[in-house]
Order: sequence, then C-alpha cells, then structure tokens
Amino acid sequence: MENRDIAIDVKNAVKRYGTFTALKQISLSIADNEFFTLLGPSGCGKTTLLRMIAGFEDVTEGTIHLYGEEIANLPPNKRPVNTVFQNYALFPHMDVLENVAFGLEMRGWSKRDAKAKAGQMLELVQLTQFAKRKPAQLSGGQQQRVALARALAPEPKVLLLDEPLSALDLKLRKAMQLELKHLQRETGITFIFVTHDQEEALTMSDRIAVMSAGELQQLGTAREIYETPRNTFVADFIGETNLLEVSVDKIAEGRATCHLGGGHELTCNAVEGINVGAKVRMSLRPERLFISDAATESESLKGRVVENIFAGTDITTIVDLAEGPNFSVRTSNSDRGNRRIFEPGNDVFVNMEHGAARLLID
Amino acid sequence: MPSNSFDIKSYRGFQAITILCLIILYAPLIVVMIYSFNASKSITVWEGLSLRWYADVFTGPESGKFKLAAWNSFLIATIAATVATTIATLAATGMIRAGKFRLRNLSYGLISLPLMVPEIVTAVATLIFFNAIAFERGLMTILLAHIAFCIPFAYLPISARMQGIEDSYEQAALDLYATKRQAFTKILMPLMMPGIISGFLLAFIVSLDDFIITNFVKGAGVETLPTAIFGAVKQGIKPNIMAISTMLLGVSVVMVTISYFISKKDQKS
Repeated sequence: MENRDIAIDVKNAVKRYGTFTALKQISLSIADNEFFTLLGPSGCGKTTLLRMIAGFEDVTEGTIHLYGEEIANLPPNKRPVNTVFQNYALFPHMDVLENVAFGLEMRGWSKRDAKAKAGQMLELVQLTQFAKRKPAQLSGGQQQRVALARALAPEPKVLLLDEPLSALDLKLRKAMQLELKHLQRETGITFIFVTHDQEEALTMSDRIAVMSAGELQQLGTAREIYETPRNTFVADFIGETNLLEVSVDKIAEGRATCHLGGGHELTCNAVEGINVGAKVRMSLRPERLFISDAATESESLKGRVVENIFAGTDITTIVDLAEGPNFSVRTSNSDRGNRRIFEPGNDVFVNMEHGAARLLID
Repeated sequence: MPSNSFDIKSYRGFQAITILCLIILYAPLIVVMIYSFNASKSITVWEGLSLRWYADVFTGPESGKFKLAAWNSFLIATIAATVATTIATLAATGMIRAGKFRLRNLSYGLISLPLMVPEIVTAVATLIFFNAIAFERGLMTILLAHIAFCIPFAYLPISARMQGIEDSYEQAALDLYATKRQAFTKILMPLMMPGIISGFLLAFIVSLDDFIITNFVKGAGVETLPTAIFGAVKQGIKPNIMAISTMLLGVSVVMVTISYFISKKDQKS
C-alpha cells in the first residue's frame, strides 16, 4: 500500500436484505495495480461486496470510492469498472468479436474502431481465429478468455472477477490462474478476484481479504495469512492445520508460555490481544511438524501413530496425541532420506519447528 | 434384439388403437383436402381432378364476399397479433424481471385465466360490455375483442422463453456501459425473439380462425372468413368451401412450420 494510489476504498459498508445482514461494516482499501482477492466460503458476503462495487447491489450504509470518487450511488453503466461473470454471460446471439466490441460501442466508439480494438484484445487472449464463432461453439476455457477480453477491452480502472475459474477443470484452472496473473501484470489494471478456493487465492493474489459471515476476518499477503492466521476461522480455512486448546501462563520478551489440558508446557510467539490467563487455541501446520521415536526437546508431544496416508508428493501421518486430539504430520516425499515413516501402533513424539506454533485470537 | 416387455409398443392392440386414433383425427381433414380438388359439383361424388373450386373461390359468384372476408380476417389477425404480442412482451418482462412482488402469482393467473374461460362466456361478456358502453359494432369491436383474447396465447411462449434467459446477460450489458434501454433492445429483445415470434404466430392463428367471439361482436354485414364460411355452409355445403378450408389449413401449417424451425434453430445455438 505504501505510496500507492488507492483504487477502491470501501468504508463501513453494510448490506442488509430486509432483516438479514449480508455484510456487517466492511472497510478495506485496495491499491492501484493490485491483484486483490476476496476469499471465503459461500454465503460469506464476498460476492455481495463485489456486486456492490460493480453497482448491481445498492449499498445500505457506508461509502465506496473509486480513485477518490464516490461511486456507491452510480448505476453500473456509469462506473468505469467491468466484471467477468461466473457463468461468463457472453451474449449468445453475437459472435466473439461483437461480444468483445460491445462495451466500446456502448461507450460511443465507432463500429470500426471498436472492432479493431476488439481484434487486439482477442490477440491478447490468443483467440483471433475464433472471432467469427458464436460463444456456444467455444470450449469453457475459450469462453472464459472471451469474457476476459470483453471486460478488459474498455480499459476499466478496476476489473472485477466473480469466481471465473470455478467452471473449469483442474488442469485448465491452473493454467488460467497463471494467465490471469500475467494479464494483470501486462495491463496494469487493478483486479479484484472473488473465490472460495484458498489455493487459488494463495497462488494469484498480492493481498487476500478472508471473509466469513459478512465480516472481514483477516487482510494480508498470502504468506501473512497462511503463516500468521489471526483466528481459528482463518487458520482452519486456509490450508490444513492442527488445533490445540491451551491456557496462557506467562508472557515475557515476546514469548508466551502456555500449557495443555494435561499440564504439558509449550512456548511460542506472543500475539497482541492475548493476555496471561486466556484460554485460546494454538495452530500448528502439519508440514512444520516432524515425528521421532525419542523426544528431541521438552516440548515434544507424546502420541501413537494411527495411520499413514500416501498422497503423491507427501505422506500424512495421523498421530493420536496423549494430551490432545489426533494430529496430522506431513512428511514430504523428497525428504524421505532424512525422515523415518513410523508404522501404525508405534509410540512416537511429535516435534515442531521453531516458530511453527501460532496463537489464535478466537 | 430381445423384446422389452415394459415397452409400450409390445402391448397387444397398441398398433390398432394408434391407427384408429390417427384415422379419427385426420381422415375428415384428408377427405376435405382431396374433395377440394374434385371436378364435380357434388361434395360426395368424385368426378376427377380439377382446380375449378379454387378458381371459383377467386372468380366465382361468391368470390367478392370471400375476398372481403379474407381481407378482414388477415387485417384483424395481423393487427391483433401485433398489439397482443407487444403487450404480452411487456407483461412478461415486467412479471419476470421485476423480482418477487406481492400478487405476482395472482397476476400470472389473471393473464392466463382467459385460456380456461369457456369461449362462449367470453363472447357473451364482450358483447354485453360493448352494448353497455354503446360501442357501435363493426370491424373495430372484432379487433378489440381479438387483441384481448390473443394476449394470453402470445404471453405463454414469450414468458417461457424469458424464464430461460438469465438476468446476468442484462447485467453484463449494463456493466459494459449500455443504458437500460440499450440492454433491453440490444440484448434482451434479440434473446427473446424466438419466443416473441412463436407468440405472434400463435396469436395470429388463433385470431384468424376464431368464430364464436367474432360472431357475437361483429356488426351486421361485417364478415371474417370463419363467419363467411359459416354463413355459406348454412345454405348448403359447396365444394368451394372445401377449397377455402384447405387454403386456411395451408396457412396454419406454414405458420406452425415456421414456428417449429425458429425454435429448433434456437436450440442449436
């Protein structure tokens, strides 16, 4: 955000449908030229927020500014933002070129100029040879690219993408993720991307806003959100994690000393807002844990192996902890030389890398 | 291929019943069509192939009456279908795009109910209405009555079509700087067009062959084809009636065929 213009500034935005509140006081700023993702499960309000920025939903309370200009009361056709719809919404009665030229013509471009520019956009998404086809004659991935070209052609200040990859199969989705990222860099347009797929969000975004139940849970870079989740929802929703119930005994020099139900002691980085005496959860990512047959340090957790799950690149070992729930421990298959895989029934210790434990606010 | 005992085709008598039904449905029509090409003056005795009754329709002693009636019929059907289709299009847009509003189901019922009301009741009611407001009967009363009863026929295919159009198309148009009017004329209208054409053709045919309501509300001396045919038949059935009927049947078949091909082409794209 440093020294960059703010593209979209949402302040205290509230959306109510009758008595149901879909968005509860959301405030966030999206920087110019940023790939910003709204991430959350279905019904969390992310699409509602996107549609409020596009102009398809009115704002019950609060303001939305686009490069300093208040847009919350403008109709969608007066906002210099364009949307890539989840189902693409390509006009079925127009060919690909006419679809891409539509926005330009509506902006008052002559048919000739609009078609010329639409042709350039089709080049950008490598669909030049399909210009005369109808949308129904294209594959899902091709339709997706037409929708992108159509939304980008009028050079919007911000491009809104509403789960545009959800209808594609896995391989194509991965390829499109990279293509989208490149397109964003090439065009320099601010992208706001809505998805429920946390992996997609982590791969593509400069910053991610994690939402749940109409509220903003955490805002940060992919790394920040993954490595220092603020609360249980974020820790659980982004990637996989193991959760332990702990009580905080002592906080000193940025370190918190906690104990488990059975009295076992653990230390980790202190978190602002969590004080001595608090009963909170601790998050431990499975890939930052390792198993040994002897305790490597006092903090090692005792347990018994339940089973091993082979999943291609890695093996997940489920360990039943003596003082806690079942834990997942992930061992990379490239690490096989160094790590021993224990058999079900073996008594083991689960050890954590330094900094692996993270206290969660709620 | 092993026969499937649950296949309806294997039921005994299936074939016979099918053929019987088809004969009952189509034999009279086929007889009329064949005898319209009869050279004889009699409607029952076949004397050879001839187009004389078709010529008689256009140049015979009754040709003036039939030509005027045909002109009236096509004029009324064209105007009534056009106006009814326009109203039905606007009604469908309002009903389906206005979101959920109170009395929406009731509105839908009110538009479709005339289809269920016995036509004779509508005819009597319309006649009483025109009398009550002292509206002089003539072509105009026929036209107004036709517009009214054509609306539900036009509405059905149009609203069916419109229900299949997601509103994201209009949203995409608005998002791409179209005004609401442009979103309607450039996106929604072309997408609705197959439904609108079907609705128009249906309304046209229904208006063209309406007899009961027309007969009640028409003024003295004003005839449409169905009432003119009925008048002529009362004085005895002549083969020229068969020729007119066959031509009317031809018009209907053409219209239905057009409607069929439009919807088929639409399904492909």
